[in-house]
Amino acid sequence: MQNVMNLSFNALGENEGFARVAVAAFAAKLNPTMDDLAELKTAVSEAVTNAIIHGYDSNPGGIVYITATIDDGEIDVIVRDEGRGIHNIEEAKEPLFTTKPEMERAGMGFTIMEHFTDMLNVESSTSTGTIVRFKKRLAGKRVRCV
Amino acid sequence: MVTMTAEVTGKVLCIRLGGELDHYYAEQVKEFVVSEMETHQTQHLIWNLAGLNFMDSSGLGVILGRYRQVNEMGGNVTVCGLSTQVKRLFQLSGLFKIMYVESTEQDALRRLGEEPCKTL
Repeated sequence: MQNVMNLSFNALGENEGFARVAVAAFAAKLNPTMDDLAELKTAVSEAVTNAIIHGYDSNPGGIVYITATIDDGEIDVIVRDEGRGIHNIEEAKEPLFTTKPEMERAGMGFTIMEHFTDMLNVESSTSTGTIVRFKKRLAGKRVRCV
Repeated sequence: MVTMTAEVTGKVLCIRLGGELDHYYAEQVKEFVVSEMETHQTQHLIWNLAGLNFMDSSGLGVILGRYRQVNEMGGNVTVCGLSTQVKRLFQLSGLFKIMYVESTEQDALRRLGEEPCKTL
């Protein structure tokens, strides 16, 4: 059976830690490995940081929404903001690309999300904001015998 | 939260981080390291990340920013104490190509030409 969790919080940097720990705690029932859990937390942190500093331009009045669904050993995470949107998604996904070099952004957020999850999808519009969705298998991984 | 301590050995400033390094704490870490570099006028920098239990790309940004600063002054940067997760972040971002990596702080000091203190 599916198990769904919803979170919404102000676009404050101090909520990044809360968001990744909350999703990790929700995922813990799948008994993931420490490495998988660390990767999940990192992916959540990247998506939430993007929503706060890019989506809302660090305006704490913005609201970040997270929906996490556990189904058949997999977690499906949606991080959504109603901010300014991404002008060019393909460009934003390129390693080392950043629109905020003055903030010492590494431009690695999407690259990390892609590598730390099994599937990443980004939808964005300058009128409605950005939806980042990723899936990660945490339980029942197939082991290949060589 | 993030914890930060600094120790100077010769021309090397060693920064030991603990806790979590994300966007929220990145600015604090930057200010601390910049201030320590200015106070002690060190040439090289070691990041000992053994105490970190979380880091994301915001941490990479701070480390890369200080690399540029140290590099401009002709110094080198060495990182040590990397967890599996942090190691992967470094691999993905290519930071291993521009910084030395050592497993311990003592090795990092030797790499930068300083003998470690006996207390380490």
